[in-house]
Amino acid sequence: MTAPEQSARRWLGPAVFSAVAVLALVAAPLLLEPFRLGLLAKYLCYAIVALGIGLAWGQGGMLTLGQGVFFGLGGYAMGMYLKLNDAAGDLPDFMVWSGVEKLPALWKPFGNPVFALAMVVVLPAAVALLLGALVFRQRVRGAYFAILTQALAAALVILLVGQQGLTGGTNGLTNFFDFFGNDVAADETQRGLYLLVAVVLGALYLGARQLVRSRFGRLLLAVRDGEDRVRFLGYNPATVKTLTFAVSAGMAGIAGALFVPVVGIISPALLGVVPSLELVVAVAVGGRFALAGAVLGAVVMGYARTYFSEELPDAWLYLQGALFVLVMTLAPKGIAGLAANLVRRREVRA
Amino acid sequence: MTEALPETALPETALPETALLEIRGLEVAFGGFRALDGVDLTVGRGELRFLIGPNGAGKTTLIDVITGLTRPTGGSVRFEGHDLVGRREHEIVRLGVGRTFQTSVVFEELTVLENLDLAASFRRPLWSLLRRRREVSEEVTAALETTGLAGLAGSRAGVLSHGQRQWLEIGMLIVQRPRLLLLDEPVAGMSSGERERTGELLTEVARDHTVVVVEHDMDFLRRYASQVTVLHEGRVLTEGSVEQVRADPRVQEIYLGRAREGAEDAVR
Repeated sequence: MTAPEQSARRWLGPAVFSAVAVLALVAAPLLLEPFRLGLLAKYLCYAIVALGIGLAWGQGGMLTLGQGVFFGLGGYAMGMYLKLNDAAGDLPDFMVWSGVEKLPALWKPFGNPVFALAMVVVLPAAVALLLGALVFRQRVRGAYFAILTQALAAALVILLVGQQGLTGGTNGLTNFFDFFGNDVAADETQRGLYLLVAVVLGALYLGARQLVRSRFGRLLLAVRDGEDRVRFLGYNPATVKTLTFAVSAGMAGIAGALFVPVVGIISPALLGVVPSLELVVAVAVGGRFALAGAVLGAVVMGYARTYFSEELPDAWLYLQGALFVLVMTLAPKGIAGLAANLVRRREVRA
Repeated sequence: MTEALPETALPETALPETALLEIRGLEVAFGGFRALDGVDLTVGRGELRFLIGPNGAGKTTLIDVITGLTRPTGGSVRFEGHDLVGRREHEIVRLGVGRTFQTSVVFEELTVLENLDLAASFRRPLWSLLRRRREVSEEVTAALETTGLAGLAGSRAGVLSHGQRQWLEIGMLIVQRPRLLLLDEPVAGMSSGERERTGELLTEVARDHTVVVVEHDMDFLRRYASQVTVLHEGRVLTEGSVEQVRADPRVQEIYLGRAREGAEDAVR
């Protein structure tokens, strides 16, 4: 890379980031009607998960097919707090319907907002740390790791559905009214939530970017490309992978927690195998090797999903599959890769 | 017996405690095949030791065992008093044993500088790695000079030639400041110019490191080796200076008897 090229790159990133930030924080709330803004907020929640997948998979080579698990843990932690808050000392509505008479011990601490908000990150990160410590130490990786995470997502769904009285079963947790003193259904609250999601996404993106550019990020790439070689540099790849996996899980947890007030529900169908896979597809389409690509992929696929479900509901699933195959074969670096090529080509011409 | 004895000028046979690496009765069996069959090897501090032997003699297996990649079925490996058998790879590196591989594996996505910096940072606490690299450390700068890769510091390692990759690997070893370097066929597949450069690099590195080099290449051996250990069918056949070893009729026989194989190896 030549010097002018490098300086051009240096301002390009921040410029694009600022432009997107202005679009997201100023233009979108002004231009979009509440329903569309709500949709965008939902996509941005998914984008937070995608960011974590980009980190774990794109940078760390850990193909995680079960991010729904962490998304769900964060979502349920938030949902439990909101339910208890709404119930104001009584049992949450669904428990009454399922004939539960006493608040389960598991639920009690979630009445405390500080505890619940901490659990949003701690719970997913802890599960990921535990899983990582068990799995990466034993040098389980590649497809085996992918299948394991997917099985975990399937298992969590079964667990949640089976415990009707504890988790709301298939329906999950829904019917929320109050979000920290605001009417959760009000347009004003929803706009505020949208801005919150956008700001959190931006902050996490910057954090992840910092991580990727640090020595740890270099190490993570090295682990992805030559785990065995990294051992002979005196690092333990299992530690690097476990920590990164935990960070990506924490991000998914935050996304899940934000998703609950935005969409108004968290249920097993939102965190099982299929949603987990869809997010991986979105990251692949957007470009897994670039954090921005992962975020972009989640938003683009979110819009595509909404558009096609409205216009051609039957075709979406096939289209999604076809897109994934096309991207993997023709443009393995996704949209971000194509964009980078364009920039490079223009630089060469200039 | 401790390793903390002061270094003396006594011959190592009289005072084996000064040895950096002591291997006793090492055995490795893959299924029924005995890759190593009772190897004894002592490497003293500051030595430059060449390890030679025909294909299948167990040279790489020996290095694999020392560095924790392969578990031995018997015997012991002691490095500065630490028993290495059963330790994990990165722990052995942290004790001060570094190695290169026959096929060099540098991180292609990272620049030459980043490769070296990563290698040099392995003793830093993990949290301190979260900060971005602001400067180039002295040892990394020195390694760039020593390996002659200073001009390529900003290039991705993926664009390096085969020879440059091997030098980068050796550079990555040096910045780790190991007390023992194990180089597995550093000149395999190199052009004669690259061999020359590698030989110089080796001489330079050996000045202040203990180095064990596995090498097939007889010409390279003649030029740069002093002490040689010959492995054959999983055992130590003989040890001594280059002249002594070359004069040994058994060595001549295993090498001449397998001349064709040796030639194949040389071009590989």
